Formats: sequence, structure tokens, C-alpha cells
Amino acid sequence: MTKKILTYIDHFHGKVQSSSWEALGLAAKIAADSGGEAAALILGEGVNDLAEQAFHYGADQVFLADHAILKDFRPEPLAELIAAAAGDYQPDVMIFPTTTRGRTLAGMAAVDLESGVMVDVIDLDWKEDKITATRSIYGGKLLAKLTCSTSPEIITIRTRAFDKPEPDSGRSGSITNLEVSLDPADQATTVMDIQEKASGVSLTDASVIVTGGRGTAINPALTPPDDLDEEGADVWKAEQGFDLIQNLADVLGAAVGASRAAVDAGYIEYDHQVGQTGKVVSPDLYIACGISGAIQHLAGMRSSKVIVAINKDPDAPIFNFARFGLVGDMHEILPPLTAGLKAYLEG
Amino acid sequence: MKIIVCVKQVPDTAATMAVENGNISWGDAPLIINPWDEFAVEAALNLVADQGGEVTALCLGKEEETEAIKHALAMGADAAVLVSDPALKGSDNVAASKVLAAAITKIGEVDLVLFGQQSVDTDTGLLPVQVARLLKWPSLTLVSKFEEVTPAENSLQVVRSMEEGNQIIKSLMPAVVSVTKDYGEPRYPSFMGIRKASKAEYPVWNLADLGIDLPSSSISWPEVNEPVEQEIVTEIIDGDTAEEKAKILVEKLIAEKVL
Amino acid sequence: MDFGLSEEHHMVQRMVRDFAAKEAAPTIQKQDRLGEMAPHVIPRMAELGILGISIPVKYGGQGMDYVSLGLACEELEAVDTSLRVVISVHNGLSCLTLLQWGTEEQKNKFLVPLAKGEKIGCGAFTESGAGSDFAHIQATGKIDGSFYILNGEKMWISLASVADYAVVTVRTNPKASQAYQGLSTFLVDLNSSGISRGDLHGKLGVRAGSTGWIAFQDVRVPVENMIGREGEGFKVTMSSFDSGRYTVAAGATGLIRAALNASGAYADQRKVSGEKISDLQLIQAKIARMSLDYQAARLLYLKAGWMKNKGERNTKETSAAKWYATEASFKAASEAVQIHGAYGFSDEFPVERYLRNSKGAMIYEGSNEIQSLIQADYALERRQDKKLRKECPPYDQDSWT
Repeated sequence: MTKKILTYIDHFHGKVQSSSWEALGLAAKIAADSGGEAAALILGEGVNDLAEQAFHYGADQVFLADHAILKDFRPEPLAELIAAAAGDYQPDVMIFPTTTRGRTLAGMAAVDLESGVMVDVIDLDWKEDKITATRSIYGGKLLAKLTCSTSPEIITIRTRAFDKPEPDSGRSGSITNLEVSLDPADQATTVMDIQEKASGVSLTDASVIVTGGRGTAINPALTPPDDLDEEGADVWKAEQGFDLIQNLADVLGAAVGASRAAVDAGYIEYDHQVGQTGKVVSPDLYIACGISGAIQHLAGMRSSKVIVAINKDPDAPIFNFARFGLVGDMHEILPPLTAGLKAYLEG
Repeated sequence: MKIIVCVKQVPDTAATMAVENGNISWGDAPLIINPWDEFAVEAALNLVADQGGEVTALCLGKEEETEAIKHALAMGADAAVLVSDPALKGSDNVAASKVLAAAITKIGEVDLVLFGQQSVDTDTGLLPVQVARLLKWPSLTLVSKFEEVTPAENSLQVVRSMEEGNQIIKSLMPAVVSVTKDYGEPRYPSFMGIRKASKAEYPVWNLADLGIDLPSSSISWPEVNEPVEQEIVTEIIDGDTAEEKAKILVEKLIAEKVL
Repeated sequence: MDFGLSEEHHMVQRMVRDFAAKEAAPTIQKQDRLGEMAPHVIPRMAELGILGISIPVKYGGQGMDYVSLGLACEELEAVDTSLRVVISVHNGLSCLTLLQWGTEEQKNKFLVPLAKGEKIGCGAFTESGAGSDFAHIQATGKIDGSFYILNGEKMWISLASVADYAVVTVRTNPKASQAYQGLSTFLVDLNSSGISRGDLHGKLGVRAGSTGWIAFQDVRVPVENMIGREGEGFKVTMSSFDSGRYTVAAGATGLIRAALNASGAYADQRKVSGEKISDLQLIQAKIARMSLDYQAARLLYLKAGWMKNKGERNTKETSAAKWYATEASFKAASEAVQIHGAYGFSDEFPVERYLRNSKGAMIYEGSNEIQSLIQADYALERRQDKKLRKECPPYDQDSWT
């Protein structure tokens, strides 16, 4: 059966959450498999040029409302427009990214359209007529498969669970402008102010973490200043090591962690400690540099999705838990690794 | 002010979850109040302490499941209502929201309905949004602070968190608010509260009491599984130089889609 | 017969567990290293009512039963022994002693502020030369008009440097025909002149708690502060131990649970030759033993608590619970260290602290050798409890709340 898929493009003042493109990429795949079409829904103020991006990421057509009343996120007016667009377009499937806004709007759409919503989906099967979505429940302890018996089938997808498509600048499509007949006086909510977060990523929220251990201080290539004692010289060396880690973290938008050995030795503040007696983390990517992988450290990070271990000692226990192991000196490997990732992410 | 706090009962977060014959089981781990809901109860109690009024805990669940309600009462809630009907087994979020909305309407003259930001079992975070939509009240999700509450003007101003930062938003009441853990640590139940709660009686309403038919559910869960523990296969990246190794790792990480 | 806990008990358990997990556990390793209790802990326990948990509301307490007191101790010691020790000496040795033996005036004057946690109490019985041999303590009290003049030194006193009040037993009649008949007990304000006190350092365990000494030099204590009558000090003190030992037993049960949980968690993740060590029968045997001991210790203390609720004399049961639980907690902690291997030897894991903390309870509030003698006396029918002039009151919810 051909499927019409409507994807909500979530953005903040015109800056698109990349999971919106992941959602659109997924929509385009389902559309291609079913001989249907992918439509994108873009609502906001000053968002006209997002339509073109949506085409590049796989939309066949775009529903657009660009209006001052939509400047700041307020769910009620957006929900009205979403319900109206869905009413006109009659999609079989609606996809939202699982952002705070996407989750809210998907929930409202389920009420407005008298259907149901499958939230924070990590896997999707659309081979049968009905979609089967997989999501994790009980804090990831169980996996549930869900189906929706009514139309549209509404889903929100977990960030980074689905591929972000390669943009194709040759694609374009038709734009349908939605009528906005909302009266500011009718709105129950007013956004008074927005306080944007300073950058800097906390360990527990981070999706990527780069961590340093005792190995940060083991760098024979460095000559510490003469006036330092042995301990001071180690700290001095480790600081250089953590600079390399920070550079990589900056490129990845990652948080910086440390092993207990590193914090005990005074290489970095205790706040950074990952492990049994530090923070327990579960990022998508965990890059352990110069960490042997003591059990107490593993207890704090082994549920990370992908672990990369960089260590000189090929017998270090950390390699048993790593998806990718790199035997070598972190001081030599981090600079080209940082440069390579930077080139990819900015390119 | 009349505030309703919706509370849910969940298995202890430390419980080992399993699937037995297609049913979810948590062994003999105790049921507890959804930890996120404690923040909502705390917020409700503080609002009432400032503004006067009363807090009612509202729970949708099995009749024998009393822990969430009792915990809210022990923390200091004034009253409680349990909505329980065997027909509601297997209800999806929209259906549950309809039942809660009906209960809130029946309680009546409510200024605020508070929720925890989500439940630790199904983790959807949808009820606060959907209940608001059904009642046609504003939905204020992920609120960390109540900056101003003015019952006389039916208005409140709150801080709501988003990925990019905070939004300061003013809203009319009645409204539905979900409270995040940034609100501040919930209080422990007092011993006096515990005694009061253990003796407390509260109404149990079924669908007929609410005057509604069983709302239909769209979402079903044909399958629940325990995740298969992935055997870690370590791939050692080899190369002649550090640069070469780094280059291969970059390619692997791109392919792994974790960037 | 009903072995189930009530809904109230479950809520008490969860409340104290949450408190200990949130407000003590995160810093306990640091505090243990520092050798002092985090300054917020006792004030928070006061604020939450834990310091007056099983004292009637009319005396400033929370009106919960004795089982609740035991459950609170189990939860506190599952995090750290130093937390439970506060309850043992404040709630057990001082509050409950006043509740049992105090006059109405003494209860209003001293028990009320103690149960509210405005004042902290301790029990000062042991001396450097007399512990198990309690009848032969050396400290003296001499009557002088409307005062007793106290002299002597008490040793190994938990919260010595922290408490405001102490329940103190001294010799007031050196000529009594039996040594134990010459003792009397007083409630002493530790800010009285003539008192000096301090902490002992270099302890094996309970490093996050205060253990110290209190010296009395011509300390004038009003006659009306005598708890019980002249010559009743030995009985009053033994009653204190019936209360204190109960908290020690319940606490040690919590320590067994902590050792068991830590061992299980570690054994489930530690692999040897690709196999989880929790799959090895030698490890399973250790864990099974801890589980068995936890179940047995819990039954013993809950039964003692149940008897206290009914107002039945429970010296035998409380002594048995204390003996069993403290021995078992030492074994459990030791095996937990063994299961953790080298990691257990370092303070990266809590089990070495459990082991160090477990030893003290085998010595204080009546060494386990004394408990053994008590049990032998009962078993051989050489001991029969006589009704005391004042028994520890049964729990009565109506009059307590």
C-alpha cells in the first residue's frame, strides 16, 4: 500500500534539530518502499528557506507556515496547524523527532487526530501494511514492539537511532503554504523570555564522552619545566594530555571524563570522574584514552553504546569491552583523530 | 488553589525486569511511586503552602495498588482519588488521558494539574500533554520553576526547559504542568504523614462513576522482549602510523553512526 | 501469627532508606576517610524525626512502634554503621531509658528535647577498666545536699563529643553488699562544669562516627536527675542495653544486607575465564550464607521488636539477635571482601569499610562473649527475669500518637 508520510521538522528559531532530518530520511525510505510520498511540515517564523533543505533531505512536498505568531515554541497554536495540515493531507504516517517539542506535538496530534502515538522509537519495520515500532521501556531493561491500529500512525523517533540522509541539492518539490488564522488574543500562553544555555556538556547528559586516565601523564616526548618535582611533572604532563582530550571533545560536542586514577593523582577535578565512585554514564560513544579499564571504571561506563579504547598496553582489560581498540600512544593518535573527525563533521 | 497531582505506581527502579510468558515481571521488587511524580507532589505542596488550598493525588491503577497514593498522602497531600476499572487493562496513552481528564472534570474547580515529567516504566511523557489537550487547557511541560502564581488573575509564570535553554512562559489557569527534577528535591514523608496515609480512605472510581464509556486504544504491544545482551566483538584497528590508525578509526566511527 | 510488615512499616523503611541513600551514601567514603561525620547528618535526622521515632508524641517523639525503630536501624547501617550508632546511643541508650525509668518530670524536661532532636543524648556506662564487668565500675557519685558529686572517667562512649546529655551510671554506695547494688544512674547535662570530653582516634572502624571519653571532676548533678532509685543503676543500665542491643542487632542486619548486595552486584559483573564469578559454586556458597544469615538475623530482631511492642520482657531475644547479627555481619563483610578480591581490599568498593565497621558491634553493648553467657544462663535455667519496677512500656498507638 502506498503511504503518505508527514514529517514534522523541529527547529529552534530556524535552527533545525538534526534528528528532524533523520525523521525525514526515514519518511523518504518508507515512501520509496511503498511507492508513496514524503511530506515535511515546517512551522515557525522566518523559516521559508528550511523548505529547500527539506527537499534536499528527501521531502517530496512541504507544508509551510511562516508567521510571527509562531516565533516561539507554544504547543497549542502549532498543534492547531498540525491538525489542520494532517486533516488536509490525510497522511498514513506522521513522524516527529523525539525532542521536547516533537514529543509534545506528537502527543497532541494523537488526541486531535483520534489516533495513537509510539514514542521514542529506536527501530521500525514497515514491510507489512502496519508499521511495527520498537522502543525501550523500564529504563532500557526491556524492549517493546508496538503497533497502531488507527490512522495516522504517529511515531516519534529517538535522536541518532536512524540514519541522517545525505542531502541531495538536486532535489526540489512543491510548497503548500498553510493559512494561519490564529489570533494572538486567543492564546492562553505568552513566551516572556528565552534564556539560552551556555555551551559545555555535562557528563551525565552527554551523548559522547572522551575520558582520560593515567596514560595522560605518560608522554616521554615531553620535557617538563625543571622546577617541578616528580609529582608536579606528572600533573604538568597530564594537563597536556587532557588538552588533547579537550580538543577532541570540543570537536565532538562531547563531555570530558576521567578515571579515578587520574583524579586521585590530581590531573583533573573530581567532577570528571567516571566509575563506581564517580558518575555512571551511558553515552552513544565513549572514547577511553590511556585508561586500563579497572572494574570500578567499567562499572561506570560499560553500558555505553560504542566504546573506543586507545591504550599502549595491548593487554589492558578495557579492550575486552571496547567495540574498537587502538593499541598506541594517545598523545600520537589524538591529534590526527581530532583533525580527521573535525574535517568530517565540518565538511 | 485546588491542585491535582497525577501519580503513578511503578516497579522499583532497581528491580530486575523480565518477561515471562509474554508478561512483564519485576520479581518481588516493591512497587513505588513513580520517582518523577514526587517532584510534582513537592511542587504542589509548596504552591499550596504559599497560596493556600488543597492538593489531591489522582492515580489510575489497579485497586490494590496503593503505594503511589499513600506516598503522596504521606508527603502531605490532603486527599486522593483512585481510578480503577478492570476494563482499562491495556489502555494506551490517549485512552488513559481521557480517563484522567474525566476524573479531573469530576473533581472539578481545579486550578492546576501537575504531573511528573514522565514515568520510569513506559517513559512516554505524553499524559501531561494529552490530558491538557483533552481539557483544552494550556500544556506546560518540563517546568523547573514556578516564578509567579496569581490565582486571583488565573495566571502563572513558569520556567520550562528545552534542549536549547529555558523558556519563561506566562499562562492562564487552569493549566496542566509537568515538573522536572530541576524543581528541587522532594521531601520525605513525615512519620505523622505515614501514619495518616496508612489510615487514609479515598474514593475509588470506575468508568461508570466517571460517566464515560471505555475509551478505545490505538496502540497495542504485541511483543515485549528482554534485550539480547550483545556479545562485544572488539575490532583492533591496525595501521603503520598513528595517522593511519586515526584515519581508519574516523571511518569506522562514521560507519557506526555515533557521531 | 503474622510475619508481614504493615504498610506503615514499609513506608518507614522506604523513607529512611531514601534519606540514607540521598544524604549520607554519596559522601560516606569521604567522611570515613576524614574520620568524621558529615555535619548535616544529625541535624537532618533530627529534622526528619528519626531521632524520636519510637517515642510517644506527647514526649516530643513520632509515635512509631519499636519495629519501626529496628527497620530504621537496618536501613541506616546498610549505608554506614556510624549512622546507626547515633540511633543506638541517642534513641536506645538515652531516650528509651528515660521513657522506661524516667519520672514524668524527667520525661518532660529531658526526653522531650531529646526526642525532638533539639538535644542529643548518649549513654556513658563503660570505663577503661570495666565493660563486661559492669558491676565493678569505678566512677562515683557522692550525695551532697540536693546534689550528687560525680567523679571518674567513662570510655568508648559514642557521641561523647557531640551529645548534650548523657545517661551515666556511677557507684553511689561503695558499701552495698553486692557491687551491682551500689550503682545509680543519672541524666547529666554535659555542659556542666567539671566535665571534659574528647574523641578517640585511630579506630579500626566506624570512622565516620564519634567515639570518645567523658571525664567527671566534681560534677554537681541535681538529685532530681537520678533515673530510677538509688541502687537501681545496674537494672537501669541493663534496661538501656535491652534497648541499645536491639538497635545494634537491627543495624548489623542491615550491614549483612549491604555486604550481600555488594557481593551479588560484583559477582554478577566480574568474569574469570569468561565466566561470571556468580556462576561459580564457591562464590554462590558465600552469597547463600549471607542470604541465610540476613534472613535469620532479620527474624530475630523483628521478633524482639514485636515483643517490645507487646511490652514483653525481651532480654533473651534481644541478646540473641545482637549476638547472631553482629557475628554474621562480620562474616558477611569478610566474605564480601573475599569475593571482591583485591578490589575488596581497597576503598574503591565499600566492603572493606563494612568489614572494619562490623567488628565494633561484636564488642560494644555487651561483648558477644557476654551475650553467649546470657544465652547459656537462660538455656541452663540459671537465669530468670524478674519483673522490673518499671518495664519498657508497650507500644500503644492510641496513647502514643
